Amino acid sequence: MELKEKLITSFFELENKGTIDLDSNIHQIRSKAFTDFETKGFPTKKNEEWKYTSLKSVLNQDYTVFPKGENVLELKEVRKYFIHEIDSYKIVFIDGIYSSFLSETTHDGMDICLMSSALKKPKYKIIIDHYFNTIANKNESITSLNTAFSNQGAYIHIPKNTIVPKPIQIIHFATKNDENLLLQPRNLIVVDENSHVQIIERHQSLSDEVVLSNSVTEIFANKKAIIDYYKIQNDTKNASLIDQTFVQQKDHSVVSVNTFSFGGKLTRNLLEFHQNGERIESNLNGITFINNKQHVDNHTLVKHNKPNCVSNELYKGIYADSATGVFNGKVIVDKIAQKTNAFQQNNNILIGKKASINSKPQLEIFADDVKCSHGCTIGQLDEMALFYMQQRGISKQEATGLLLYAFGNDVVEKIKIPELKSRITKLIAQKLGVKLGF
Amino acid sequence: MLQITNLHAGVEDSEILRGINLEIKAGEVHAIMGPNGSGKSTLSSVIAGNETYEVSRGEILLDNESILDDSPDIRAHKGIFMSFQYPVEIPGVTTTNFIKTAINAKRSYLGLDDLPAKDMLRLIKEKAELLEMDRKFLSRSLNQGFSGGEKKRNEIFQMAMLAPKLAILDETDSGLDIDALKIVANGVNKLRNKDNAVLVITHYQRLLEYIVPDFVHVLHNGKIIKSGGKELALELEEKGYDWLK
Repeated sequence: MELKEKLITSFFELENKGTIDLDSNIHQIRSKAFTDFETKGFPTKKNEEWKYTSLKSVLNQDYTVFPKGENVLELKEVRKYFIHEIDSYKIVFIDGIYSSFLSETTHDGMDICLMSSALKKPKYKIIIDHYFNTIANKNESITSLNTAFSNQGAYIHIPKNTIVPKPIQIIHFATKNDENLLLQPRNLIVVDENSHVQIIERHQSLSDEVVLSNSVTEIFANKKAIIDYYKIQNDTKNASLIDQTFVQQKDHSVVSVNTFSFGGKLTRNLLEFHQNGERIESNLNGITFINNKQHVDNHTLVKHNKPNCVSNELYKGIYADSATGVFNGKVIVDKIAQKTNAFQQNNNILIGKKASINSKPQLEIFADDVKCSHGCTIGQLDEMALFYMQQRGISKQEATGLLLYAFGNDVVEKIKIPELKSRITKLIAQKLGVKLGF
Repeated sequence: MLQITNLHAGVEDSEILRGINLEIKAGEVHAIMGPNGSGKSTLSSVIAGNETYEVSRGEILLDNESILDDSPDIRAHKGIFMSFQYPVEIPGVTTTNFIKTAINAKRSYLGLDDLPAKDMLRLIKEKAELLEMDRKFLSRSLNQGFSGGEKKRNEIFQMAMLAPKLAILDETDSGLDIDALKIVANGVNKLRNKDNAVLVITHYQRLLEYIVPDFVHVLHNGKIIKSGGKELALELEEKGYDWLK
């Protein structure tokens, strides 16, 4: 049975399981999204937004949509995937099922908990009805697929004037299963006026089995809110991730999304920023560092809808062996969005003859008093710099490592959690096979 | 210390060095002069092991052992240092961290433990003072945004830290004003002793007023066409190179 057919059957199964309220507003949203997916199907390379990323090899597998049993993990097995050096709130899922044992949630002055309970309990209804699925992209059938099955994920609501005392880690583990797993987490994050939160998100398979995660996150930054969001993508060789993150910002808010893509079979990141207020700052940073036959696609959109806002976008990519990459950065400046400052930079290094990157900046500017810039470079390692470092006694491998590390350094420097910064540095060093002895 | 015999080297099909013979003994300063395109920089790159150039014939011995099969880092560990004409900028790696990494790589090659942080700092302070270097350069990214003079000074600082057997100064005088030139030359002179040697590669005689050579060689068309004492440099300054061709 084709995956699409299976998903259609599964949707009816979901409706008949009795676990969800079929009369709720949410279910109307699900039904509508399901119809959208049913009509359009999975995106193909004919779709301009998917021209360089083929899902064929990922979809050409049989997946379990509803994992059967609950799997238990010992903390010591998975501790290394947390930023365990710091105290944090944790929302942890194992094969799509919430793990209360590994999690640390709260309702004390803020809600850091589960989407499934937020969807069910009346006290969350106002927030859910006001925000849920309001900014997720309605033209992407794969987003609709997630919406249709949306039932579990992280629910975070930070009320106004709250500085969340420690970061929140959202981790989705996939364990060794007899069947291939399809996971569809759905996260909702609402940060009210003058509040501040740091979030780290990770999808991690614990085996070489086939896993496909189709994840959707909606993030709302209300007035003066500050949100730092970090995505760690360093998955195993048969794990693929389609990650879709939608951000809406109000006046004076600052939101930074930092994406670290170090592995997995196929990774597709769709990241959209909608600036619906003035004096907003949006930061989009990313490092992609992949090898073998890995593929990473970063699709970003910044929509400047109001005057006097800033967006900074910096994506660095290192592609080795037969790795392939895509960067598509769209910036739209509305005709009323005067005094917009929009900066975009995408720098890439290709190592080896088979690696490739398709980089496409797209600027659509309808206002006349704006500062917009974009730059895109694709290069090789600087042979002269390598020789220089070797001449000082540093081995070629270490010199290559230092140069590549230096290349990505300005993105690493943007990480505001020191323990996370050192973890990312270690992951890069590991990927480079060097010590980075400093 | 260094013996070069009948050295032929080039890039792909074009031969740049066409039979170089040169012997440098411990304690000596040699200068290689020559017009643009004579092969001066190629010679220094080949001694240091730049893989862009291929050695087709001949031999380079350091302490009676061939170094032709050694990669540039191994040659560095064995005591060859080359000051670059255009030092490379490396963003994200501070000068201090770079030199620490280099020193400890050499120590590891020699079978020694890393230099304790305290000793490293003392050494860095001492050598930075020798070169009259502003300490703030040490915590900045290597050569990034440095002026030409600061870059060259940083090269000699690294040379002082690494204490090589053979230091090759490739066009170290280019882009230096007279004050910087004096500081750099003074630094080199203070590092000289009976066990090491210096090979100065230069287009002009100017630097040789401060780093006085024992021998001067003229390179033309990939060959040494004349050798002499320090007075040869003055003669070249006066007459140019044409009378030798």
